[in-house]
Amino acid sequence: MALQLVFLGRLEDLAGSGSREVAFAPSLSAVIAALEPQLAEAVSAPRIRYAVNGALLPGQGHFEADLRDGDELAFLPPVSGG
Amino acid sequence: MTVRIQLLTEPFDAADTLRTFTDALPEAGGVVSFLGQVRAGGGPGGDVEALELRHYEPLTLPAMQALGERVMGRWTLDGLVIVHRSGTMLPGEPIVLVAAAARHRRDAFAAADFTMDHLKSESWFWKREKAAGAWRWIEPREQDIEDLARWL
Repeated sequence: MALQLVFLGRLEDLAGSGSREVAFAPSLSAVIAALEPQLAEAVSAPRIRYAVNGALLPGQGHFEADLRDGDELAFLPPVSGG
Repeated sequence: MTVRIQLLTEPFDAADTLRTFTDALPEAGGVVSFLGQVRAGGGPGGDVEALELRHYEPLTLPAMQALGERVMGRWTLDGLVIVHRSGTMLPGEPIVLVAAAARHRRDAFAAADFTMDHLKSESWFWKREKAAGAWRWIEPREQDIEDLARWL
């Protein structure tokens, strides 16, 4: 039972790599609670968005989103393209 | 009707892309294009040596395609090109090409402008610059977010 976490932009530097596998946790808030404190705080910031298996969670702060074994959870800081 | 929306990880020739686009659209009376390229010279940390754009595969191209559909639905266009680079680029290399073709110029100007404003502030890209040998993530500019309000 595992989840794949993906860290984009500056979150990758904080996490130490662009992705990691973690033990299964049933919700976004449970995943965040198991991260290192500094990273947990960064991924909980107001403008961070989340996607589960490539589907964006609507709005911000959906910490109770249910997760399933094998899900890919992406942490998306504000974009800066173009 | 020609719609070409691409996310590329290798350098591209913007002039060649534009020529192919316009050759296919003789009925269009006006074509407006925007080319964004890596700026040479000073950034906040010194002269920019390289720029890197990262994307997230499941989101980035689908969102570009959704933007293209919005643009095609909002203006009367004969064609639209959105080509965006990902990966590492050097000063002078193209980052993004947007071109809108329409029977008359107003629609083409507005569509290209709208597309760029939304690519800058809503597309799933993260940018970092290398200066003095060190990489630094670029935070979004407030101006880019404010630019979106022009279209409400």
